[in-house]
Parts: sequence; C-alpha cells; structure tokens
Amino acid sequence: MKRRKFIQKASLSALAIAIGSEAVYAIPKGYTPLALQDPDPFKMFGLNEQMVVLNNKPWNIEAQAHLLNDAVTPNDKMFIRNNGIIPLNIDPKTWTLEIDGESVVTKKKYTLQDLKTKFKQHTYQLTLECGGNGRSEFDPPAKGNQWTVGAVHCANWTGVRLKDILEDVGHKKDAVYIGYHSADVHLSGDLNKEPISRGVPMSKALQDETLIAFQMNGKDIPIAHGYPLRLIAGGWPASASGKWLQRISIRNKVHDGTKMTGKAYRVPCEPVAPGEKVKDEDMCIIESMPVKSLITYPKTGAVLKEGRSLKINGHAWAGELEVKAMEFSIDFGATWKKCKLQKPVNRLAWQHFSAEVQLPQKGYYEVWARATDSQGKSQPMLLPGWNPKGYLNNACHRIAIKVK
Amino acid sequence: MNQDNKDKFEKVDRLLKTSIFFLAIATLLLVFLIFDPTFSVFERQGENSFAEIDENKIENGIHVKTGLKDAPGLQVVINNCTNCHSAKLVIQNRMNEERWNATIRWMQKTQNLWELGENQKIIVDYLTVNYPVEEKGRRAPLSEVEWYELEQ
Repeated sequence: MKRRKFIQKASLSALAIAIGSEAVYAIPKGYTPLALQDPDPFKMFGLNEQMVVLNNKPWNIEAQAHLLNDAVTPNDKMFIRNNGIIPLNIDPKTWTLEIDGESVVTKKKYTLQDLKTKFKQHTYQLTLECGGNGRSEFDPPAKGNQWTVGAVHCANWTGVRLKDILEDVGHKKDAVYIGYHSADVHLSGDLNKEPISRGVPMSKALQDETLIAFQMNGKDIPIAHGYPLRLIAGGWPASASGKWLQRISIRNKVHDGTKMTGKAYRVPCEPVAPGEKVKDEDMCIIESMPVKSLITYPKTGAVLKEGRSLKINGHAWAGELEVKAMEFSIDFGATWKKCKLQKPVNRLAWQHFSAEVQLPQKGYYEVWARATDSQGKSQPMLLPGWNPKGYLNNACHRIAIKVK
Repeated sequence: MNQDNKDKFEKVDRLLKTSIFFLAIATLLLVFLIFDPTFSVFERQGENSFAEIDENKIENGIHVKTGLKDAPGLQVVINNCTNCHSAKLVIQNRMNEERWNATIRWMQKTQNLWELGENQKIIVDYLTVNYPVEEKGRRAPLSEVEWYELEQ
C-alpha cells in the first residue's frame, strides 16, 4: 500500500500503538512525533516511501526487490516483522541480559556495558529472511502476512559472540537448544503471554557468526529491529533472531516457547499435496533457509530501445550454505546463461551477482534468476512444496522487460 | 438566410455550445472518478488528517477507518476482529469457511479471543463472501507491471 493511501486508511488502533510505544522511540534524529497526529510508520521508523505496509498491528512492512539494490541493506529499506507490540520504556542503562535454563552451569546477568567490555566484539554482514517471505504465492493460500519478495535484508551487525557468553556461564553436557525471551508485549495485552520466544540448536548457537548484537550498520539497533539488544542467527528464518533480547535459556530439550511448537515456523516432515491437512506432530522445525536470489536492478517494467543490452544485478543467498552459481534466462527457463557471482564478504552474507543480457528482438521478455547452492540445489521455477503455513517459497525471481 | 432561419440557427448553436460545455464538465468529472474516485486531491493534507477519521465513515463501499468492505456483518467483524490485530491482517488473508473457523478456534485457544456465539457465523459469512479464495495456480503471471523507459 502506498504511503498516502496508508495514511488515509490506517486505523485508530495504529494510533493507540503509536501513542503507547513506538512514538517514544522514534529513531530519526530531529523528528518529534506528536501523539494523535503522527502514527505514520514511514516517519516513525525512517522508512523509504516505497516500502509496503502489510500490517500495522503488529507492524509488518516489506521492501520491494528494486529497493534492495544496496550491497549492505540500509535501515530505511529493511523489512520489519513484529509479532507483538514494541516494548515501552527501554532504558539502556538498566537493561540486562540474563542467561538461565536447565543446562546452564552458572546463571548470570550482564548489563549492556558488561557485554561491550567483557567480550570481544565482532561485525558480520548477515542475511536475515522471514520464513514466510513469498507466502503470497501459495495456492491454496496460506494464513498470515502475505509477504511477496521483500522480507529479506543483509545488514552489518556488531556484537559479541553468543558462544563466548555461553562459555562464560558454562553449559552442561545435556544442553540441546537455546531459547530467547524478549521485552515485546503480546497483542492481547496479556503480560503472561510471550508474542514470540524461539531459538536455535546448540550447534547453531555456537557458530562464530551467531551474535548478541547491539549495533546495526554501525549505529544503535533501530527500535523496530530490536533496540537495545538482538540475537542474530544469520541464514535461518529471521524469527530465530530475537529482538529486544532480555534472556536466553540454555535448554536440555528443544525450546518450547511461543512459535516453536504447533505449526509455527515448521513445514511438513514429509512432502504433502497442496491443501492437505497435516497434524502438528508431523511438522518439522525450519532450520537453514533455502537457496534464493533477487534481481534488484533494474526494477521490473523497464522498456528498452532495440539493440541495447541490459545490465542486471542482484543478490543471492543460501541459508547456511554458499551460492556457487548464478544464472539468468530470458526464455522462460529454456536456456540459461551464467552471471558473474562474487564470494560472500563473510559466511552467511548474501552474494552479489551481475550480468549483461542481450535481448535479440523487439517484444516482451521476462528475466528469470536462478541460484544454485554449494550442494547443487537450485531454485525452482514454479512454487516449491506447498505447506500449510506458506514458508520457504524460493521460486526464481522474475522481472518483466519490453524492447521497442 | 432569412430572420427566422437565423434565429433557428442561433438557437441550435446555443444548444450545441451548452451541450459541449456540460459534456466537458461531465468528462472532467468522469476522468476524476476514474483516477481519483475519492476526490482525495481536494482533501486537506496535514497534521490533523488522522484525528479527523470518522469512526463510521464509508467511502466507495469501504469502511475508512479499517479498510474493510461495507457489507452485512461489517460491524460484528470490527467489534470482534480488530481489537488485537489490525484489519489489514484480515483483509490480506483468503480462507474458506472451514479454515476461518479453524483460525477462530486457534485464536480462542492461544490468543485470548472470546467466545463468539452467534456472531461466529456472521463473521465467517462476511469473510468468505467479501474476501473469497482466488485460485492462483502453481505460478501466477507477472501482473500490475508499471512500465517505464530505461536509459542505460
């Protein structure tokens, strides 16, 4: 929805949220939101005006492919996926991170200052994609926010390694999972409910790139992305990267917090036919995200003069893996040509590709992009396996081009 | 040309001019209706635009405050479905009767939604009639492409 249309149609419930919380932490400097007058998420979160608001309670906002052309995604073009209400009254001076759980050796609490001074700091570019990115294409439709292609970003995250903290507190041999707990509030206002409390297995928690981050793109993390502290687990569904982080539990079983169980962030363990009913116990937790790519230049709809070649570029990523090849097709997948593909800046960062496309005659074309991961898996051209919640759509990205 | 004919000619001429004038106005209105059906160009833009939204205002069949379609059951949907989450979440989703009922049960079980009683059928009917499931197939054609000249 375009900005003006959004303003016209936004409901008063959005106002309530703005007055209650976000307005307090409006990030752009020099901008003072006035309650009742300005629950405009574009101003409040400092967003590019072409971002698309899917939901205003809770905030769910996505980019469009062409907005994601930067090598490192800037704040104004990063999708926002919140499950609850952004927490009130965040005081960085009193904020603490607590480590507990069945499998912790010594329970500990750290202030932000402790984290910043006791542990070595690291910076990585990490790809975070919403598990439901692309959901809008599933048929029969899947319930939830109808993301198209823009729920992915790759920003620079700075913080300390989770494994250094886990080492500091010590974890018992029976530790299998870590689960996060955050300060956001359930939509119903029920303080006994957590909007979301997910996590990752110990093997992911102990990776070098798994961070407790306090900076994004060299500045304090913006409020919508988890100020003052966020767990970052790149390459996995972005919901594993808990915002407004207050507590991490080292569990002796698979973490059973909100949206870890039932059908949330799970796909059928065995493939099912479109629309088939699947029991909760037959659903398996999503771990690494699949191989995927986006053409971020040009924007779809380009009309070219005959005889000109078309330069394209974009990004490709493959969850835990690296992208080893990138191709494009202008004939609906009949033939494929190679793109130039760069190595990732670090593990779990997206990779940049580019190509020069020759369009042989006047007419309508679609440029399709297909990435292949280091295990030889490519993106499908049609939708991948249907699943009840509409996760993991990594079908190839397409842009429309005309030559006249 | 005699006087009588001249009068007649002037009459026809006047009629023609008047018709063209009204036709022009009608065309202008029509063009507006097509491109800007809410005449939003004339709306006052500014800091107060939010506070001025009337709770019950309906424009072009849409309840302005929530964006929901004005149809039987609207008020029941507003009262029961927009307290916790935005109406935008409702509008985005397309489900049949069975899946809406399952979704309501899920919200009651896990999200503190109250018992809906007789309102449940009113709500589900409203949703399935006004926001029906559309078949998309295994991959939809690219649509709504905004064409632009690209200089490279």
